[in-house]
Amino acid sequence: MIEQTFDATIACFPQASMFVDGWLESLGCGIKIQMQIDLALDELFTNIASYAYGPEGGKATLQLDFDETTGVASVTFIDSGMPYDPLAKPDPDVTLSAEERGIGGLGIYMAKKAVDKMEYRYENNQNILTVYKKIKEV
Amino acid sequence: MTINKTQNNGTLTMALEGHLDTMTAPELEQEVNSSLDGVTELIMDFEKLDYISSAGLRVLLSAHKLMAKQQGSMKVVHVNEIVMEVFEVTGFADILTIE
Repeated sequence: MIEQTFDATIACFPQASMFVDGWLESLGCGIKIQMQIDLALDELFTNIASYAYGPEGGKATLQLDFDETTGVASVTFIDSGMPYDPLAKPDPDVTLSAEERGIGGLGIYMAKKAVDKMEYRYENNQNILTVYKKIKEV
Repeated sequence: MTINKTQNNGTLTMALEGHLDTMTAPELEQEVNSSLDGVTELIMDFEKLDYISSAGLRVLLSAHKLMAKQQGSMKVVHVNEIVMEVFEVTGFADILTIE
């Protein structure tokens, strides 16, 4: 398992993205799956950067793990901001027309759809969210 | 991401290249907001766009609404498989005109 901690700001998203992409490339992950994991990373990191902390800001840690027996990669997002379970939110209505659509609420839903599984727990005053994605056949 | 704009009378084409994500969506939003005067048809060319996040979708939705408001239209062309999947999952495939 490898991990890195970033300032939880939108400006740090490219660094987080490079960290994850470099790792996926070293594992020989295909481009389509990499894009799907990037999508989940974008939505979930942005969410932490935008909502987890007040104006004083905070940190976000990413832990990356790969299970060689199953071919499943996992990315765990850890922050010590306010408790927030993204899985508790109902999915948005994706059948609404453009006129009826609000401008938000899609991010978590897209992240959920881009990965195979998402798990959330709150432990030691930390939000711990893990996404799993099978990246290769074993 | 790079944005290449070509204007032909009332038709404005924006060709995007790279990632339309959290970092780059504000650039596109700014371009859209400052370029639509007198435009009747907006074409978003996604041939070289690798990837789109919800921040990108928000800009597309707002561009679509702006064009509708000025009695114009918007279409998205040359969408790759990854981006198309995002459009389908989010219902944007039914909202946008995609060719």
